[in-house]
Amino acid sequence: MIIELGHFALILAFGVALIQMIVPMVGAATGRRNWMAIAEPAATSQVILVGFSFGVLMWAFIQSDFSLALVYQNSHTAKPLIYKISGVWGNHEGSMLLWVFILTLFGASAAWFGGGLPDKLRARVLSVQAAISVAFYLFILLTSNPFARLAVPPLNGLDLNPLLQDPGLAFHPPFLYLGYVGLSMAFSFAVAALIEGRVDAAWARWVRPWTLAAWVFLTIGIALGSWWAYYELGWGGFWFWDPVENASFMPWLIAAALLHSAIVVEKREALKSWTVLLAILAFGFSLLGTFIVRSGVLTSVHAFANDPERGVFILIIFGVFTGGALILFAARAGQLEAKGVFGAVSRESGLILNNILLAVSAFVVFVGTIWPLVAELAFDRTLSVGPPFFDAAFTPFMVALALALPLGSMLSWKRGVLSKVWVKLWPFAILAISLGALAYAMQSGRSALGPIGVALGVWTVSGALVDIAGRTGRGSIGARLGRLVRLPGADWGKAAAHIGMGVTIFGVAAITAWQQEDIRIAQVGESYDVGAYSFELTEVSQFEGPNYLSTLGNITVRQGLREVAVLLPEKRFYPVAQMPTTEAAIRNGILRDIYVVIGDAQANGGYTVRVYIKPFANWIWGGALLMALGGFLSLFDRRMRVAAGAAKPVVRPAVKAAT
Amino acid sequence: MIRLAVIIWLTATSAGAVEPDEVLADTALESRARALSSELRCPICRNESIDESSATLAKELRIILRERLVAGDSDEEAVSYLVRRYGEFVLLKPDVTGVNWILWGAAPAMLLLALGAGWGAVRRKSAAADTGLSDDEQNRLDQILGD
Repeated sequence: MIIELGHFALILAFGVALIQMIVPMVGAATGRRNWMAIAEPAATSQVILVGFSFGVLMWAFIQSDFSLALVYQNSHTAKPLIYKISGVWGNHEGSMLLWVFILTLFGASAAWFGGGLPDKLRARVLSVQAAISVAFYLFILLTSNPFARLAVPPLNGLDLNPLLQDPGLAFHPPFLYLGYVGLSMAFSFAVAALIEGRVDAAWARWVRPWTLAAWVFLTIGIALGSWWAYYELGWGGFWFWDPVENASFMPWLIAAALLHSAIVVEKREALKSWTVLLAILAFGFSLLGTFIVRSGVLTSVHAFANDPERGVFILIIFGVFTGGALILFAARAGQLEAKGVFGAVSRESGLILNNILLAVSAFVVFVGTIWPLVAELAFDRTLSVGPPFFDAAFTPFMVALALALPLGSMLSWKRGVLSKVWVKLWPFAILAISLGALAYAMQSGRSALGPIGVALGVWTVSGALVDIAGRTGRGSIGARLGRLVRLPGADWGKAAAHIGMGVTIFGVAAITAWQQEDIRIAQVGESYDVGAYSFELTEVSQFEGPNYLSTLGNITVRQGLREVAVLLPEKRFYPVAQMPTTEAAIRNGILRDIYVVIGDAQANGGYTVRVYIKPFANWIWGGALLMALGGFLSLFDRRMRVAAGAAKPVVRPAVKAAT
Repeated sequence: MIRLAVIIWLTATSAGAVEPDEVLADTALESRARALSSELRCPICRNESIDESSATLAKELRIILRERLVAGDSDEEAVSYLVRRYGEFVLLKPDVTGVNWILWGAAPAMLLLALGAGWGAVRRKSAAADTGLSDDEQNRLDQILGD
């Protein structure tokens, strides 16, 4: 019964969204205040209805109600509670329901906190938001109904894929979706602005918090996924340039560009049409990502051809929204006249360079991701585009970005002088180069990757520190420290995010260049050296977990005579899913991770043991967290709150630079 | 659920790749083999190199590759040996032939285009920007006037 109520609530939400899509838009066009006013209660009703529907599905999973086909296919009574809950979105139908739930949540937030928006703009934003909801309700109800029942409920379920039964992955999809779907706000604002034919500083101030929030969530979601891959897949890879990863990375890159170009609109009223275009593209890439993941078209053209219903539906959604918005853009962008002027050397130009590098790097990822499909369909060549291509084609953009970042971010608005910035930065350029050279001298291999990573990391981080130190002005150390603490959140956010970027670049270069690896058959009691450490497999035992069987290795790690760690790598077998998984044992450290994996028993009594020493591994995700923290700090800047919530946006003269 | 699709290929792979018994005694040859195998795709896996995959076919390819290297093949010869048997599908880094020029040329072309457009926009703006004070100059002026 309750299941049917959940299903019914979803259908009702579809009806409400239909009204919210049409009535406020017509109201805004004809100037009817009461028609526009419908948007807000409608948005609130949507979130309540979909929230109820989502809650019902979660309840069915917690109760293990196997009369639901979805629960039967993706759950099992023996599964721990947290994975019963995460199982709700561990499948296609449930994850789409989460998608629309988050979509309605964002729409309702715009209704609740958008009090400061002009009535017409708000009505149009909510109407566009509802149009997106309508499309996805239809998609769920027609092709992916999570509430389908089984005539004869089985006794137990088929279990969730064991690889998904992991804390890192349990919360990876919600964060990614918060990011993907959050970009719909930027999209709705962009379309509403195009309909109105007006983009100004206030518009940018309203759009930026939403984009920032979406970008922070995407950053966390991508970092969680990467971290999960690192410890779960058994050899410590952290990024694979897989189509589904690229699907989340493209919107991230475009959103990063959008964040920066919106600053220019906000502060200087320039780059308006470009910013609107980026807002459309960012959500367009989100939809494209949803299409790539949900249709499986890039995994296998054949799988797609056999079951094209869902894929084609999302492709239509993608085409209608992105194409429609782009046509609108082509027709109306000319009306968005830019006011601000700026010199060739200025913060504005720096941000344009940032946008070019980020947007073109997203384009590289896009071309590489779809090329196998294009080559097969159009040119009859079956080929692969893998990590070696992306490493070669994408990395130069990040190198250029890191090189330009400290210089561009310190130029003054309107008209800057490069030499003024260089005077503050040249000692750190020398520092970066010498530390890179030192790294080159110290390393045994010939690869230049590590030293370049060191130099870029030092350059970016010190640039961000010089920048924020420069914001404190002149005077005694005490006075400057006092001013440092009182700097606006946006300044801190900028510093943190840029430092995070440098840290991640360094971490990626270091782990790629300096990783040590040892693969061998280890006998119990035998000791051997890898790098600076010695490893001894002391014991191997078998035990039974809640829903799996495990082979547990016990490995003692020593440095000289000192015991560093006792590591317990596992090889698990999940009988219900008939699937083995590897649980690597990792000793985390600031300077290195020790990463140990146990494999199968060998005929002569030993076990395959893989040992990796991964230098600075945690810096990769540490940097990502710093970037997210930077976005978060900017989000809580007082000026942003003023923009997002207050009835009257306060215009402050001579606003300082933000991220 | 972005990862869900990944899962299908992971089922075969989670144990790790190169087995101890495959490793060549000659370390120079072995490191060449490792470098090459990380650029060759396991034909039955999803976006995984034969260096990472634990699929049986990947293991066979690793062994074939090492046999070729031991037999004295150069890197190019060993790779083209595998390409002849399994098609260009095994190359994770597509070669720059025929239409693949589009793939490799797209990024530099787009970058040039974007830089050109960006420079054009900056030039148009800066023609009008020579009048008035920059923020720095304004601050300095405020400072002087304030003193």
